[in-house]
Amino acid sequence: MMRFLLRRLGGALVVLALVAVLVFCLTRLASGDPVALLLGDQATTADIALARTQYGLDKPLPVQFALWVGELAQGNLGQSLFLQRPVAQALLERAEPTLFLALFAVSIAALVGIPCGMAAAVWRGSATDQAVSGVAMLGASVPSFWLGLILIQLFAVKLGWFPASGYGDPSAGLDDRLQHLLLPALVLGLLNSALIIRFTRASMLDILGEDYVRTARAKGLSEGTIMVKHVLRNALVPIITVLGLTMALMIGGTVVTETVFNLPGVGNLVVRAVLRRDYPVIQGTLLVIAAIYVFINLAIDFLYTLVDPRIRLETQ
Amino acid sequence: MNPSSSFWQRLMAMLRRLFARKVVLASALILTLVVSIATVYPWVSDADPNALSISDRLHAPSATHWAGTDELGRDVMLRIVHGARYSLLIGFVTATGAVLLGTLLGMFAGFFRRLDAPLMRVVDAMMSFPDILLGIALVSILGVSLWNVMLALVIVYTPRVARVVRATTLVLRELLFVDAARALGVRTPKILLKHILPNLMSPILVQVTFIFAYAILAEAGLSFLGVGVPPDIPTWGTMIAGSLDYADKAFWTIFAPGIAIVLTALSLQMLGDGVRDLLDPKLKKTV
Repeated sequence: MMRFLLRRLGGALVVLALVAVLVFCLTRLASGDPVALLLGDQATTADIALARTQYGLDKPLPVQFALWVGELAQGNLGQSLFLQRPVAQALLERAEPTLFLALFAVSIAALVGIPCGMAAAVWRGSATDQAVSGVAMLGASVPSFWLGLILIQLFAVKLGWFPASGYGDPSAGLDDRLQHLLLPALVLGLLNSALIIRFTRASMLDILGEDYVRTARAKGLSEGTIMVKHVLRNALVPIITVLGLTMALMIGGTVVTETVFNLPGVGNLVVRAVLRRDYPVIQGTLLVIAAIYVFINLAIDFLYTLVDPRIRLETQ
Repeated sequence: MNPSSSFWQRLMAMLRRLFARKVVLASALILTLVVSIATVYPWVSDADPNALSISDRLHAPSATHWAGTDELGRDVMLRIVHGARYSLLIGFVTATGAVLLGTLLGMFAGFFRRLDAPLMRVVDAMMSFPDILLGIALVSILGVSLWNVMLALVIVYTPRVARVVRATTLVLRELLFVDAARALGVRTPKILLKHILPNLMSPILVQVTFIFAYAILAEAGLSFLGVGVPPDIPTWGTMIAGSLDYADKAFWTIFAPGIAIVLTALSLQMLGDGVRDLLDPKLKKTV
């Protein structure tokens, strides 16, 4: 058990190290000089050279990488070129809208996905099943920014029920936050429910074939009791895992959605950083997002070994 | 009976089974229609999708302009038809490129034990970035252009194919016919080409349809964010991105190209699902 966990942890650390190398290479290969962009047209060659030295951009790439990793090891993500503050601070300031949006969207995805997946499994092969899998596939075929634009037109511009964009006044209460987040969360939640539908359906079908379900039927329990107490309960483990995975995937989805709804979140931060070539911000954000993804996956693996001893045995 | 007729009979039987599901048949018909209009129309009509007509700005859909006109008086329907060529080209090139590269990587990782761990860790690292974020970063490095978007999307989707192909290759490697071939002294390249690759065809075919659909969606997203195809090339994505500011006044300018994306992506995925059911009946039972 311990050996398995350590090996998985080691693997995750190797992946993270590769992620750091990739992130560094990606940003350094980029065309366009951030210093020239930062200083504007008026800057002289001498100004630019001075600023390059100041930001350490004049050193050879391996040295820049080593310096960056050294800072990372001390928990320092660097200083933004444009925002006049450390990358970590910029990320923390932007974390709240993104986190709320992702949590809200996962809840919507679960509320839609789990019942739909259950219905599809219970009435397997029926018209309901086919309709649910059709809708799931439709969700994977709609561009999120386009759905966002349509919902804004319908519910914000035409009907005026929700604000069209932004995160509102920072001092306003939770209900104001939720109002601003409902449309973007609907977009992300509905489009990401497909994965949850498929997983719920598959794990329910697995368990419907188990002996204890037949026993429960033989005891004369009602279908409803069997579904909730025997089937859903046991199917929940994989479903909860997929919720975690959806949460990780959603962080990427927020990039586009935040731009559509002009939410001041992490996604918005990274898009602007890319357009301005703010290297430290791009590096820091990409690294943190990838790290979150790697650790959610690691946590899922650990949870699995805890609840399902078969996985432990197989790897020994 | 000569072997070629039996091949055609087998193919026809497969197609009959594939199209027994009506949604799969409908998807195939829609795709055929989209592809043939996109390829044939520019040959039969020399109407210019970029022709400006300031007096016809933002007209609602009508008999002359089926999907209305945009902020520069260009016919939206005509641009959707021309845009289909670019959007389909992006999907096709991305799917083909990612599948070729991913199959190569996945086959090597699955077949040669020594390559497995290093190759797959790189794949894991690449897959820990959200697709769209990696796409944004890559296009910003490569520069905004049609070909760079395709190159970026190939890089984004290659790891995905590699993972699927590796998993299948791991299973195939242990099968008896591979052992037998090796025992007979068949050289490794030939084993990979003649014994492993043909058996990888079904998962690969499924991946092609899905990545085709994802690439069309991803291009639209990248163009919307301003790191995609340049605005003067009419793809379905650049059409929506270009008319963003007019969404209030002229809803159709963003609605119509979006419908084209949804319809095409949905048909591709339905077809992919049908192919998967056909080629792998085991999967149908579980997922």
